[in-house]
Amino acid sequence: MKKHWWKILSFILLVYTITAGLLLEVPRLFILNETIRNLYFHVCMWFGMMILFIISFVHSIKYLRTSHYKFDLFAKSYAAVGCLFGILGYATGTLWANYTWVTDQGQSLATILKEPKLIGAAIALLIYGAYFVLRGSFTDIDKRARVSAVYNVFAFAMLFPSIWIIPRLVGSLHPGAPGGESGNPALNFNDIDSRLRMVFYPAILGWTLLGVWITTLQIRLELLRDKTLIHE
Amino acid sequence: MNRILRFWFFIFIFSAPLLALAQEKAEMADTMRSNGKIYVVVAVCLIILTGLFLYVWRIDKKIVRLEKENRVMY
Repeated sequence: MKKHWWKILSFILLVYTITAGLLLEVPRLFILNETIRNLYFHVCMWFGMMILFIISFVHSIKYLRTSHYKFDLFAKSYAAVGCLFGILGYATGTLWANYTWVTDQGQSLATILKEPKLIGAAIALLIYGAYFVLRGSFTDIDKRARVSAVYNVFAFAMLFPSIWIIPRLVGSLHPGAPGGESGNPALNFNDIDSRLRMVFYPAILGWTLLGVWITTLQIRLELLRDKTLIHE
Repeated sequence: MNRILRFWFFIFIFSAPLLALAQEKAEMADTMRSNGKIYVVVAVCLIILTGLFLYVWRIDKKIVRLEKENRVMY
C-alpha cells in the first residue's frame, strides 16, 4: 500500500496557510501594509522551487553514479515542477513589486524590472529552461540522460549565486540586499517576527509537498508510458 | 535670549513631523476584518484549494488503476 499521509498533510497545511495566513495578526509595516501576507504564498514558491531543484540535483548525481534510467526521469520531473514554481514565484513577485516598490518617487514598473534580484531569478530560470532544450536535442536516450545530468549539476551550481549572492552584492530593493536594513531575507530572525514564522514554515512545507505530489504523478505517468512502449 | 528662543523654536518645528511619523500606524485593512467580510475571502480560497486537491487526488487514483492494470511498480 502506498503512503498517502503526506498528501493529506499537504492539504491540511495549505488549509492552515490560507486560513491563518489571511486571518491572523501580522506586523504593521509601512509601504507593505497587508501585502506582508504574500510571504506565505510568493516566498513559499521560491522555497519550494529551491527544494525541488535540490531533489533534482541529487537525482542527477545518482544517475551519474548508477546510470539507472529511473533517476534521469526523476531529475527531469523535479526540475520541471521546480520551474513551474519558479515561474509562479516570478509572476507573483512582479505583481507584488508593482504595488510596493513602485512608490511615489518617480519609479515605474520598467525601472523596477531592472532589479538585480529579478534579473538573477530570470537568469536562473532561463538556465533551467536550457536544460529542457538540451534534453530535447538528443535522440539517444543514454546520451541525453548523461549529458543533461551533467548540465543539471551546472545549472544547480548557478542557481544560488544568481538568486542569492549576486543580488546581495550589488544591492537591490528586495529584502536582504545591502541597501535595505535587513540581513537575510525571509530567514532573518530579527526581521520576521514569530507571528509570521508560525504560518511561514508550515506554508513552505505544504507548498513543497504539493509540488512533490505533482512531480510523482508526472513520474508515474512517464513510467507507465515507457512500460507500454516497451510492450508494443 | 532671542537666540535661545529661536533655537528651541526650530527644534520644535523640525521634531514635530518626526513625532507625528513615529506615532502614525501603518494602514491595514482593519475595516474588512471588523465587518467580517474577510471570512468570505477565506472561504472562497478554501473552496478553490479543496477543488484543486480533489482533482489532483482523482488523477492520482486513475494512475493507481493504470499501474495495477499494467503491473508497473513505482
